[in-house]
Amino acid sequence: MITLEHIYWLTGLMMAGVSIVNWRDRSNPRRFNNTAFWGIYAVTFLAGTYLPDLVSGVLVIGMVLVASIRGLGQGRGESATRDEREASAARWGNKLFIPALAIPILTVLGTVLFKKITIGGSPLVDVKQVTVISLAIATLIALTIGLLMLRPPLSAPIREARRLLDAVGWAAVLPQMLAALGALFAIAGVGNVVSGLAQRWIPLDHPSAVIATYAIGMAVFTMIMGNAFAAFPVMTAGIGLPLIVQKFGGDPTIMSAIGMLSGFCGTLMTPMAANFNIVPTALLELPDENAVIKVQIPTALLLLAANVLLMNFLVFRH
Amino acid sequence: MLSLIGILIVVVGFILRINPLLVVTVAGLATGLAGGLGPLEVIAAFGKAFITSRYVAIVWLVLPVIGLLEHAGLKERARTVVGRLHAATTSRVLLVYFALRQITAALGLTSLGGHAQMVRPLIAPMAEGAAENRYRELPEKTRFRIRANAAAVDNIALFFGEDIFIAIGSILLIRGFLDQNGIHVEPTQLAIWAIPTAICAFVIHCTRLLFLDRKIRNEIAEKADRT
Repeated sequence: MITLEHIYWLTGLMMAGVSIVNWRDRSNPRRFNNTAFWGIYAVTFLAGTYLPDLVSGVLVIGMVLVASIRGLGQGRGESATRDEREASAARWGNKLFIPALAIPILTVLGTVLFKKITIGGSPLVDVKQVTVISLAIATLIALTIGLLMLRPPLSAPIREARRLLDAVGWAAVLPQMLAALGALFAIAGVGNVVSGLAQRWIPLDHPSAVIATYAIGMAVFTMIMGNAFAAFPVMTAGIGLPLIVQKFGGDPTIMSAIGMLSGFCGTLMTPMAANFNIVPTALLELPDENAVIKVQIPTALLLLAANVLLMNFLVFRH
Repeated sequence: MLSLIGILIVVVGFILRINPLLVVTVAGLATGLAGGLGPLEVIAAFGKAFITSRYVAIVWLVLPVIGLLEHAGLKERARTVVGRLHAATTSRVLLVYFALRQITAALGLTSLGGHAQMVRPLIAPMAEGAAENRYRELPEKTRFRIRANAAAVDNIALFFGEDIFIAIGSILLIRGFLDQNGIHVEPTQLAIWAIPTAICAFVIHCTRLLFLDRKIRNEIAEKADRT
């Protein structure tokens, strides 16, 4: 059976390759920092499952120190000039889209089909992780198509991965780091403290005030935690169920559905949701790391207001 | 109360623009200590959480093939294709992508998108290409604005589409949580009540997108005035 562990090995091999390419690149003034950063990251993928937690923790802190003390550098940018790329684009035409579109299409196919394929009674892939595994397999197939079509030198894929990954830099690891922060918040009971504060300081004797507190609280708490999934249980147990449902007789289904979506409004406004808001600014080479958040804030606020109104209107109608 | 110190560190760190990796690590360690863990326990807890969250990094596996295709001119090709559609403007390209992304997400096809796979190699170059086609050279500011908008479309359409699909993580989480509290709800009901917000999201963001073309035109005119 193909499990997440195999995909981690693959990711680890890629990170190790990126580390080696960096080591050999003299055009990057901080090449040893990059080598160490991606090298340690590779170890967490290749051996993370077997390492003691304390060793993993020390490795992570090592990565953070490498990235923050002297920082990561970049080798010289593009591997081809714009003219070369224009010429190549004219030569290959729309065929270039085949491998690119193969990734999402095969991922979707995989999520549907892998659930049905079994070998000797056990499924071919770990069904619980089917989306991520499908993405990895789709990527491998797309890479094979690309290699057969373009026939570049065999080292090209890993050199290109190095170019893009160094352009993203430390932001590539931030989402994972924030997930770890969320876990520590949970251990320390941060959520209960926050909802306790909300209950103590906000007037909660009128249904509309409670609904506004719940929806806005979901958004604010999501902004703090970076994730609506972490905010939902805390806010719903602290405010939603005891007040909206039990005290005022609101409908729990409608409250939960719109409450979660209010949390998503918060996701749009916070750098803590790094994979949605910070990583794309790095990927798109934007100088302002809050550029995506700034575009999203007006929509998020208007939509949050819409959610408060919708909940007021819908939750007591049953 | 002491356990809120992590939040304080994060807020201050982001405002002072200290390296976020460092800020988040310090916040995590401080929160753990405030929560009563010993120093070594905190480091171990942080390491364990980092290792169990590795799945969020699997998306980087797309980089070798995307880089290879970019080297072969994928972005340039995406621009050319849009350039041939005379009706294409930045607003319209992004509107079409918004609608496609939201609808497919609502059908559970959340993987038909993403910043590394779709936005960087295809959607952003197409949105930029539509504007370049009209105005030739774009000022950097405009170029960056278009790219940021392309990323925002991917996020907003995904968030407010996926909740209409009954087997998505957030619906399963709501259902599991309510079950624990003795309230049984049907996933289909939860999905139905996500529809009003989805419609609002579409109306609000697409209205804003319609103004993007005008904003681009103004920025170009502004630059022309100055030179």
